[in-house]
Amino acid sequence: MSNNKMIGNAPNNTSVGPELRKKYCRFKKFGIKYIDYKDPDFLLRFINDQGKILPRRITGTSLKYQRRLAVAIKRARHLALLPFVTDGLKEDNSLIL
Amino acid sequence: MEIKFIEPVRMYESTYILTPDLSEEEIQQVIGKFNSYMENAGVKIINQEKWGFKKLAYPIQRKQSGYYVYTEFQAPASFVKKFEQEYRYDTRVLRYLTVKLDKFAVAYNERRRNKLKGILEN
Repeated sequence: MSNNKMIGNAPNNTSVGPELRKKYCRFKKFGIKYIDYKDPDFLLRFINDQGKILPRRITGTSLKYQRRLAVAIKRARHLALLPFVTDGLKEDNSLIL
Repeated sequence: MEIKFIEPVRMYESTYILTPDLSEEEIQQVIGKFNSYMENAGVKIINQEKWGFKKLAYPIQRKQSGYYVYTEFQAPASFVKKFEQEYRYDTRVLRYLTVKLDKFAVAYNERRRNKLKGILEN
């Protein structure tokens, strides 16, 4: 998908292959109004292996909720519920209690 | 003409982490200390949860775990500043975080509380 963008000005909707599902903002879809920083298991879906916040272009989150998500993740980090930096966050189950 | 300033009363939630070196009584004593400080200031404690010992995602002051205490309360805005000072003076507190709750957060916390209550009853 990102390749198509790099190649030319082809409209996005024609270049979506069968294996690519349409991204959506899960907060909008499920009507989640408040993102809880006390729930690190949920926030884990929006960070990568190293504990970095995933960009919107990957998760599909709308701008409004991406902002709030970032705040929630940063609060969770402050309380040591999420790491600032690690490696292999997703495999290491001992971190997620 | 006199302008009266009315201090807004808001909902807050505060979490703090205590050192794992404390004994059970000491933990209760620290929690009691903070709670009585709040009550003396006329703050309404709505909910308090003791999450207990949890592993920290990264070491703080070379500690690998900590005792988490979570409190929801209703207080005037100037209270929070004074209250956080109490945290800072207490060396047994590793970390603290106080957050102002908006209307969505209040609704969320209410649902969360009821859910936890339901789990405990069953």
